Amino acid sequence: MEIFDKVEDIKKEVMNTIENQSLTYEQQTYRLSKIAENVMDYPILKNDLFYEMYNKGKICDLDEGHAPYAPRYILPDYEKLLREGSEFLRLTPAKNLRQAINSLLIFYHHVPSITRFPVYIGSLDTLLEPFVDEVNDDVIEEIKLFLIQLDRTINDSFCHANIGPYETKVGNIILDIIGELQNVTPNMTLLYDSEITPDNFAEKAIKASLDSANPAFANLSYYKKDFNGIPFGIASCYNALPTTGGAFTLSRIRLNKIADDSKDIDDFINRELPKVVDTLLHFMESKIDFLVNKTSFFESNFLVREGFVKLENFVGLFGVVGLHECIETLSAKEGKTLVLGTDKEAKELGVKIMDQVEELVNNFTSKYSPVWNNKFMLHAQVGAANDKGTTAGTRIQIGKEPDIYQHIRTAARLQQYFPSGTGDHFPFESTAEKNPKAILDIFRGAFKLNMRYISCYKEDGDLIRVTGYLVKKSDLEKFNRGEQVSYDTVQYAQDPLNEYGILERKVQNV
Amino acid sequence: MCKTATINKIIPMSLVDGPGNRTAIFFQGCNFNCSYCHNPETIKKCINCGVCVSHCPVGALKMIDGKAIWDENKCIDCDTCIKVCPHGSTPKTHEYTVDDLMEKIEENIPFIEGITTSGGECTLNFEFLEELFTKVKSLGLTSLVDTNGFISLKSPIMDGLVKAADGFMLDIKSMNEDEHIKLTGRSNKTVIENAVYLASIGKLQEIRTVLIEGHKNRETVENITKLLKPYPNLTYKLISYRPFGVREEFLELKSIGQKEKEELKEIVIANGIKVIDC
Ligand code: SF4
Ligand code: SF4
Repeated sequence: MEIFDKVEDIKKEVMNTIENQSLTYEQQTYRLSKIAENVMDYPILKNDLFYEMYNKGKICDLDEGHAPYAPRYILPDYEKLLREGSEFLRLTPAKNLRQAINSLLIFYHHVPSITRFPVYIGSLDTLLEPFVDEVNDDVIEEIKLFLIQLDRTINDSFCHANIGPYETKVGNIILDIIGELQNVTPNMTLLYDSEITPDNFAEKAIKASLDSANPAFANLSYYKKDFNGIPFGIASCYNALPTTGGAFTLSRIRLNKIADDSKDIDDFINRELPKVVDTLLHFMESKIDFLVNKTSFFESNFLVREGFVKLENFVGLFGVVGLHECIETLSAKEGKTLVLGTDKEAKELGVKIMDQVEELVNNFTSKYSPVWNNKFMLHAQVGAANDKGTTAGTRIQIGKEPDIYQHIRTAARLQQYFPSGTGDHFPFESTAEKNPKAILDIFRGAFKLNMRYISCYKEDGDLIRVTGYLVKKSDLEKFNRGEQVSYDTVQYAQDPLNEYGILERKVQNV
Repeated sequence: MCKTATINKIIPMSLVDGPGNRTAIFFQGCNFNCSYCHNPETIKKCINCGVCVSHCPVGALKMIDGKAIWDENKCIDCDTCIKVCPHGSTPKTHEYTVDDLMEKIEENIPFIEGITTSGGECTLNFEFLEELFTKVKSLGLTSLVDTNGFISLKSPIMDGLVKAADGFMLDIKSMNEDEHIKLTGRSNKTVIENAVYLASIGKLQEIRTVLIEGHKNRETVENITKLLKPYPNLTYKLISYRPFGVREEFLELKSIGQKEKEELKEIVIANGIKVIDC
């Protein structure tokens, strides 16, 4: 939490930013605006329990800023853009591939988010397929340039594109060229349904992901059940959210820190956890109140005015991290050593904890989000700065991974709590490239167990999936040396890779 | 009917033993004695002489009722037992009934599309395999056999196994009879017969040859692919020799160069067979 008591402090931080040689001009500008925002008070009372819980690390607002003036994640209706154009941007309906790509690129520039870049750029294949009659070199070149433009101008790999579930010409082109492009942006998800997605297309996607860590696989039919007819897309790291809407805000609880302060399992479940959850729910509601009622976004932004997003389709994301350590801490208080992934009892305790979190969150009725029955959505948050010793979401701690089947069984059970996103990522030995079908078998098995989201990448490749987003190991090395890197995400990857051991994930020997 | 089989190892997730993700099961005991075998300790069965027991640094081996019994959970995989065994065997095996093995396989559902049995030489346990494969099939999984092809699969007693298996992966060590005998101690006649027979009934999943410098690689690749030319959709894995795990006296063997390999690949393709470079 950034609290400035004196004008001098503000000036100092502004100066630090202006002097910082490893930030690009854009990154400096963004930081300066954040400082201005954080001069404001939080949208809660000064004596709210939030502050104490924040200081103990039980609650974290992900440094979203004190006075949010745009929703955290925005998923505009891009079909509408191509169909109808935009008055504000003076764009007419797209008639061919070049116009479609041009309109999209212009539009992306105007989609705000917590990262200042669009975190969702649509289902690229579905959007562009109507404009492609036959695949020829020109079409391939156009799509390639489109992807390069995205990577070099959206300087943040939380930007997310979807493809699938159908095999399309455009989908094939994208999968064919991303290995060669080695881009960090956009992050990609294949909406996979074994009933719809042909095996050869899915295998191509696996091959591509070993090569470029893209795309990850989402269990489409399972997500469809949750969303029950509401159109949705995968944004940011792996966040499933209503389209023509998105998420107002994301805050999170650190289960492990709450466990530290609990006497035993009973105290945790029945007293500590309810207190913290309640505090965070109210904090989030105040924040949304502020965003909806005090700021201009839902009044005057063209996205709202022209119907590219609608207030009723936005939700609050209630994030969870640190289940692994929470289980260790609580079991230690009962004289046991339970390890998630290895011990059956640990998984049962995990389920018990998550059942309680789910119930507490679902008992709260928000004034907002009719799309989600006026509830906040649970989200397996992937981690942020200061997360050393706190494992992302409900994942198994790196270094404690059991064999992959056991890993998936545990992960699949715990992923079920998170309709707004969760995921597990598995590095494979590069020999796996010779047999992508085998990884598809494993993914399909996982989806049969109701896993929501899974990805793979090649152990010795440059591109890897950090917590949800992509980064290049070579870029991180540059950044570690103090050199500039064009995309922001590399900053966020610094701790996970340098300190939280992402590079030590268990490699799946084939 | 043999009730049990000696299993050296089960690999729950294997991406290199046939199409898709498979559980690979390695049987103990082989009827070949290939000079370049990567797991020479899987060739002979343990005769329970007990020599290795006292050498185990962690007490993972015990003689119980005249048998050398291995405690997998205590074992630290130092392989001292294998090094000291005067019979070139290993005590690190388990006896399995078909049902016990089925239990192990079922643990890996829904992640696998099937199993691959390998060795040693798994077809020495043909009755066991027939029963195993029939049960495996009832679970919707496929069974592949990785074999050296020395036992004639045409013989009536093997019929049940051939029917129960979904496919065979066959090692073609050498098409030159003398070289084959030098390499394996046995003739290649049945191996070749088996290759043609399996291809003709659509059950030859894959053939492969380990390529070693100075061997009659070209003769082997040329002759086998010519012979199998009439059967479409075959795959030929050309494997560059790697000296991991082989007996010390064969460490100096070398793989062929990439140029020679490319030439061999062309021969395979010219005969209408798919090639996998390993
Ligand atoms: S490999 Fe295992 S059983 Fe053999 S000597 Fe070493 S510890 Fe003992
Ligand atoms: S493994 Fe070898 S040394 Fe040990 S009991 Fe068996 S035959 Fe004897």
